[in-house]
Amino acid sequence: MQVTMTVNGKSYTRDVEPRLLLVDFIRSELALTGTNIGCDTSQCGACTIHLNGKAVKSCTVFAVQAAGAELTTIEGLAGTGLHPMQQAFWDKHGLQCGYCTPGMIMTAVKLVERHGGTLSEEEIRHGLAGNLCRCTGYQNIVKAVQQAATEMGGGD
Amino acid sequence: MYPAKFDYYQATSVDEVLSLLQQHGEDAKILAGGHSLIPMMKLRLASPAVLVDIGQVADLRGFSTVADGSLRIGAMTTYHEIADANTGLDALTEVCSIMGDLQVRNRGTIGGNLSHNDPAADLPAVALALDAQLEIRGPSGERLAPMEEFIVGLMETALAPGDLVVAVRFPPSGPASGSAYEKFENPASGYAICGVAAWVRRDGTGRIESCRVALTGAADYAQRLRPVEEAMMGQQAGSEGIDAAAAKAGEGLQFLSDIHADDVYRAHLTHVLTRRVLQKAIERAQ
Ligand SMILES: Cc1cc2nc3c(=O)[nH]c(=O)nc-3n(C[C@H](O)[C@H](O)[C@H](O)COP(=O)(O)OP(=O)(O)OC[C@H]3O[C@@H](n4cnc5c(N)ncnc54)[C@H](O)[C@@H]3O)c2cc1C
Ligand code: FES
Ligand code: FES
Repeated sequence: MQVTMTVNGKSYTRDVEPRLLLVDFIRSELALTGTNIGCDTSQCGACTIHLNGKAVKSCTVFAVQAAGAELTTIEGLAGTGLHPMQQAFWDKHGLQCGYCTPGMIMTAVKLVERHGGTLSEEEIRHGLAGNLCRCTGYQNIVKAVQQAATEMGGGD
Repeated sequence: MYPAKFDYYQATSVDEVLSLLQQHGEDAKILAGGHSLIPMMKLRLASPAVLVDIGQVADLRGFSTVADGSLRIGAMTTYHEIADANTGLDALTEVCSIMGDLQVRNRGTIGGNLSHNDPAADLPAVALALDAQLEIRGPSGERLAPMEEFIVGLMETALAPGDLVVAVRFPPSGPASGSAYEKFENPASGYAICGVAAWVRRDGTGRIESCRVALTGAADYAQRLRPVEEAMMGQQAGSEGIDAAAAKAGEGLQFLSDIHADDVYRAHLTHVLTRRVLQKAIERAQ
């Protein structure tokens, strides 16, 4: 089946099998390997991307379901400089091995956009429940999201 | 882990969904949010030969009010969309804000959750307590199924081959009423080990004049707790009668026993959560 989608502002058309998972479309077909596969069982969130502006686990979506959609992956988040969330993970040491980080950041960006700058620690922990980290113990991830939330402000 | 091969159809209207289902018969499965079906297909617990994707059917999304005042929610509406919609149904808002995780709430749909009827799913209990009805279209035409008739058994529903849940209807909660959902979740999966939903309405003197309580996660399928409901009638908020009513939560039930919790523990959770959820619903019924 032929699918076309816009990823990080660029349009791509590929011929795919219906059972191709979106995460493999992104990694293998488009060679955008920033999006990771951690569990492949919908639990860990390492594969989180933005699909039409919503954070989703791309290992639990078929590429054909995203036909015509707009996607953002971790590679497309930064503008001229790092996104405030990326900078905050850097500043607060919100990562160790870095495997969970792309997914954490993609989820956290949407979490902050949803709740705005006044996000409590509890809301951050609840909001990141679908992202597992085996290294950090989460403390610095929470601090990073708090920093970014203050900078990003807003909310809808 | 890859699912077995399948043919994929993306429908754009309800009629097209129905005719695709007719055409492919038993081989076809509906794909909604995919957050139960795709994991099952990856594990090859399900290997449908044909998937009919209803994700692009605009008519299956969103909110409207029907003639009797009920709120009608399209089957493809996601948990996040419901949580954000200000439906006036507290238990529904509550459950749609806590199910799964942030990403799951962006994909999971009300129609998919109820159709799947997982014994540990949250929504069935809330739909029972709020007296929801499912709008179904299929080869035999259109019908309305009350939630209690829709749930037939363990992962079994009243859906016949070729049927599509089009929408879910919730009657207005009404004045002096309140609802809530309380859950004890599996810390890894987030699914309910035990979940209880309640809806109550109070009369002019503040006593309970109507009440529905439903359990999920702790038995084979979600169900109403009638002995509790009956014992709640006429009770005053804060009275010992509420505790006594909650103590009836296990009556006539066969509790599940598995690696997550044994039946004795689930019975205990059911009692405790029933008491908490009743108190919360009553507080909201001002
Ligand atoms: C990590 C994770 C955590 C989760 N945690 C929870 C939780 O805490 N609580 C909870 O309740 N659920 C939980 N879920 C399940 C999730 O809510 C699913 O989205 C839901 O069970 C199914 O909805 P869906 O829209 O994804 O349906 P799908 O997976 O697309 O479909 C499920 C089944 O229903 C059928 N179906 C779908 N839509 C219709 C329709 N309109 N008419 C007829 N049949 C239909 C399909 O053919 C399929 O058999 C979790 C899932 C994941 C991956
Ligand atoms: S790889 Fe998708 S959730 Fe773990
Ligand atoms: S930094 Fe290693 S998994 Fe999170």
